[in-house]
Amino acid sequence: MKSKLIALPYIIWMCVFTIIPLGLVVFFALTTENNEFTLSNLTAMNDYMDVLFRSVGFAVIATIICLVVGFPVALFISRMPKIKQSTMLMIVLLPMWINFLLRTYAWMTILEENGLINRFLGLFGIGPLNLMNNSGAVILGMVYNYLPFMILPIYSVMTKINESVVEAAQDLGCSSVNVLRKITIPLSMPGITTGIISVFVPSVSTFIISRMLGGGTNDLIGDIIESQFLGNSYNPHLGSAMALVLIVLVLLIMSIFNQTSGEEAIV
Amino acid sequence: MKKALLAIILCLSVILSSCAQDASEDLAETTSSARVSDELDSSLTDVMTLDKSALSDYDYTRLKDENITLNVCNWGEYMAVEQEDYMDVNEEFEKLTGIKVNYKTFASNEELYSKIKSGGANYDVIIPSDYMISRMIEEDMLEEIDFDNIPNFEWISDDLVNPDYDPENLYSVPYTMGIVAIVYNTTMVDDEITGYKDLWNSRYSGQILMFNNPRDAFGIALTYLGYSQNTEDKDELDEAAQLLKEQKKYVQAYVMDEIFDKMEGGSAAIAPYYAGDIQTMIDDNPDLDYCIPEEGTNRFVDAFCIPKGAENKEAAEMYINFMNEVQIAYTNTDYICYTTVHDGVAALLDEETLNNELRCPDETYLSEKTEVFVNLSSDTNAYVQELWNQIKIEKSKSVWLVPTLLILAIAFTIFINVRRARKKKQDIF
Amino acid sequence: MTKNRFLSKLFLYIVLLFLYIPIFVLIVFSFNESKSRANFTGFSLKWYSKLLHNEAILTSLLNTVIIALAAALLATVLGTAAAIGINNMKKVSKTVVMNITYIPVVNPEIIMGVSLMLLFKGMQGIINFQFGFVTLILSHIAFDVPYVIYNVLPKLRQMNPSLVEAARDLGCNERQAFFKVVIPEIMPGVFSGFLMSLTYSIDDFVISYFTSGSSVETLPITIYSMTRRKVSPEINAVSTIIFLAIIAVLIIKNYLENRSLRKSRDESLAVKNA
Repeated sequence: MKSKLIALPYIIWMCVFTIIPLGLVVFFALTTENNEFTLSNLTAMNDYMDVLFRSVGFAVIATIICLVVGFPVALFISRMPKIKQSTMLMIVLLPMWINFLLRTYAWMTILEENGLINRFLGLFGIGPLNLMNNSGAVILGMVYNYLPFMILPIYSVMTKINESVVEAAQDLGCSSVNVLRKITIPLSMPGITTGIISVFVPSVSTFIISRMLGGGTNDLIGDIIESQFLGNSYNPHLGSAMALVLIVLVLLIMSIFNQTSGEEAIV
Repeated sequence: MKKALLAIILCLSVILSSCAQDASEDLAETTSSARVSDELDSSLTDVMTLDKSALSDYDYTRLKDENITLNVCNWGEYMAVEQEDYMDVNEEFEKLTGIKVNYKTFASNEELYSKIKSGGANYDVIIPSDYMISRMIEEDMLEEIDFDNIPNFEWISDDLVNPDYDPENLYSVPYTMGIVAIVYNTTMVDDEITGYKDLWNSRYSGQILMFNNPRDAFGIALTYLGYSQNTEDKDELDEAAQLLKEQKKYVQAYVMDEIFDKMEGGSAAIAPYYAGDIQTMIDDNPDLDYCIPEEGTNRFVDAFCIPKGAENKEAAEMYINFMNEVQIAYTNTDYICYTTVHDGVAALLDEETLNNELRCPDETYLSEKTEVFVNLSSDTNAYVQELWNQIKIEKSKSVWLVPTLLILAIAFTIFINVRRARKKKQDIF
Repeated sequence: MTKNRFLSKLFLYIVLLFLYIPIFVLIVFSFNESKSRANFTGFSLKWYSKLLHNEAILTSLLNTVIIALAAALLATVLGTAAAIGINNMKKVSKTVVMNITYIPVVNPEIIMGVSLMLLFKGMQGIINFQFGFVTLILSHIAFDVPYVIYNVLPKLRQMNPSLVEAARDLGCNERQAFFKVVIPEIMPGVFSGFLMSLTYSIDDFVISYFTSGSSVETLPITIYSMTRRKVSPEINAVSTIIFLAIIAVLIIKNYLENRSLRKSRDESLAVKNA
C-alpha cells in the first residue's frame, strides 16, 4: 500500500506526453529544416513583436473587463440566500457548457453587417455599422467566452469568507465601501488571481475567436502559430519559436500573479 | 419516292453538317465530339439521378468487398455534394462501388500543403492547383498515377494533357480550370468596376474582401503593378507587399470560403475570387455582378492527384475515373460553374453557358492577359510567406495599444515593488 | 440600501442578458424557414430533419462520445493510480511531480496541441501509424489526467490513515484493504474526476484540431469546418439540441441532489424524533 510504484505508469506517461512534447517545441525552435542548430527562428520573432504585443493587449483588456464585470456578479451571488445561490450560479455557468465555437458563431450572426443589431438600428435609419472584423469584436468574443472563468473562482472564494468578519466590521462602523475595500477584496484575492490567469491565458493564445470575429484583419499570435502548422505558411520551426515565446510569456505572467496572491495571503 | 429520299438525305446532311459545324466551333477536337453526338442523350445532362447505363464500360465493383474508406480532400464548394437539386456524386460513387468516401475540404493550396506536411493527413485523393502540383512533385509528395485504371482520361481536353506543371503527365488528372475575377454588389457600388484598381478604392473602405492566401493575394498585387505573377525579384515582391499593406486599411476581412456568405448576404461590396464561385454567388443573389479585370488575371487548373503513401491507390484511381464519367463531370460542372476540361461535358453545354465569360472566358483574353502560377523557388516561397505574415500582422488602427500596455506594465511593477518595500519596513518595525 | 440592491439586481440581469442573448438568437433561428440569419421568415423544423440525415455530424457525434468515454476512463485509471502513488511520495519528488502535472492545466491549449502534434509526427518516424482515434484518445488523456489527480488527491489526504491500519488489523491483506477501504473512500473524487474529464473531452476543440489528422472528426471540429463553409442553419439546430441536452442533464442532477438532500434531512429528522 505504501508503494510509490503505482504512480510509475503515470510518471512514464508524464515524460512522454508532457515533457518530451515541450522538449520538441524547444528543439524545433532551435533548429532548421535540416536539423542544424540555429537561433534565426528566435531572432525572426523580432518581426512578430507587434502581434505579440497586440495579443497581450487584447488579452489584458478582456481580462480587465471580465474582472470589472465578473467581480460584482460574484459578489451579488455570494450575498444571495443560500438556496438561490446555487441556482443563480448554475444559470451564470450554463452558457459555458455550450461549445465555445457555437457561442462565438452566435456573435457572428448578431454583429455582421446585415445581422440583428444592424437590422434593428436600420429601423431607425442608422447604420449599417461595422461591428464585426475589428478589435472590439475580438475583445467582445474573449469577454463573452471567458467571463464565467472569472466569476466562478471569485465566487467560490467569497463564499468561504467568514460572515462574522464582515458583520464585525459593520458593527464597528465600517461603511459598506470600506468593508469591500478592506475585507472582501483582500480576502477574495486568491480567487481574483485565479480568475485573472484563467481568463488571460486562453485569451492571449486564442486563434478561433480572432479568426471568426476578426475576419483575418486582427490576427493574434495564436493565428500566426496555427498558420505555421496547419495554415497558409507552413514552417513548424518558426511556429515552435513563437510557441516558445508564448510559453515564456505565460509563465512570466503566472509567476507575477502567484507572487502577488502570495503576498495577499500574508495579509 | 426518289424525291422523298432525296429530301431525307438533304435534311440529314443539313442536320449532320450543322452538328459538325457546331461541334467544330465549340471544340478543337472533332473526334471526341463525334463520339458525344453519338451518345448524346438527355440523360447525360440530368443532374439529379445517375443513369447507370450511360456509364463507361469499367469494373466499378471490383473493390466492393474490401471495406475501403477513401479519404478525399477537395476545395470547399467544389463538387456536387450535399446539395439540393443535385445528386450527391460521392454518394453515387459509394452506392456504385461499395467504397466509403470520407470527404473533407480545404480552403487554400497552402493549407492543403501544410496539412499533408504536418503528418496528420492521410488523403487518397487531393485536388491542388497547378503551381502546388509542381511543388508537390518537386518535393516528392505525389504518387504516380496508373492511367490504365483511368480510361476516362481520354476525355480530358488535349490542351491540358502534359501541362507545364506536370510535363510528362504522370501525377495529375485535370478537374476544372478557371480564372480569378472580381465580384461586386451593384447596390453598393456606383462606379463602373473595371479591374483590380477598384480593390484599392478608398470609397469602399471596410467593404472590400481579399483573398486569405499569399499566392492569390500577391498575384493580384503584382498584376496591378504590371509585374509578372511569378516574379522572383525581391524588389517587385516588396512593392507588392507594400501595396497589400496599403490595401489592408480598406479591407473588411481576409476570406476564402467565407466569401459566399458575405457576398451573398450583402455584407461586403467588392471582392476578387475564383470565376466559377462568382457565378454561383450571382445565381444566389442577382444584385451581384462580375468584372473580368482589365489588368489581366491568373488562370488556373486544378487537378486530381494522389499523395505519397495513399493507402487506397486503386480505389483513388477508380474515384478519379468515376469523376470523369460524362454525366458526373457534367453534374459537377453544372453545380460549381467552372470551366470544364472534359470534352464530353464541353459538347453538352448549352449556348448560355458557352457565352458566359465567367464560365467560358474569351480565348484572346486568356492568351493575352492571363498568366498561370508556376512554382517559385523555395527561397522565394519562404520570402513571400514571410511578407504575407507581415501583412497579416500589420497593426491596423490600435497605435495606442503598445504604449498603454507598457505604461500599465510599468505601473504594475512599481506598485508591486512599492508594496513590497512598505511591507518590509512594517516587518522591521 | 434598497436602491443599492435594485441596482445590483439590475446589473446582474444585464450580465445574464449578455450571456444568454446570443444563445437565444441561435435557438430562434434554428426554427427559421429560410437560410437567413437575420430575417425570420417562418417556423419550420426542416433544419432538424436535415441534421438527422447529415451523416458527417452524426458520425462525428459518435466519435466524440467514443473518444471522450475512452479517454476519460483511461485517464481515471491512470490518474487514480498516480494520485495514490504521489500521496505516498516524499515531499521533494511530490513537488516535482505535481508541478509537472500542473503544466497541461496552465499551458495554453494551442501549445499543447502543437507540441503533441510534433510528438506524434516524430513517433511516425519510429512506428507506422495514422493520426486518428489513437492520437485523439492519447492527447485527450494527456489533458484529462491532471484533473483526475486534482480530484483524487484531496480525498486521499482527507482519508484517515488509521482506517487502513484498522482493516489490516482486522485481517485484511493489502489488496483487500486497498479495494475495500481506500477505493470506497476516494470514490467521490474519482467519480468527479471522471466527469470532469468527460466534459473537457467532449468540449475540446483546439487540441483535437491539431491531433485529429484527416480521417476522424469530433463534433467541435465538424462545427468548426461548418462555420468556415457556406453557413447552414443546421449549426443552430445542433446548438439547440446540445443546449437542451445540457439543461436536461443539469435539471436531473439538481433533482437527484435535492432528493438525496431531502432524504438525508428526513432521515436525520427521523433520528432526532426517535
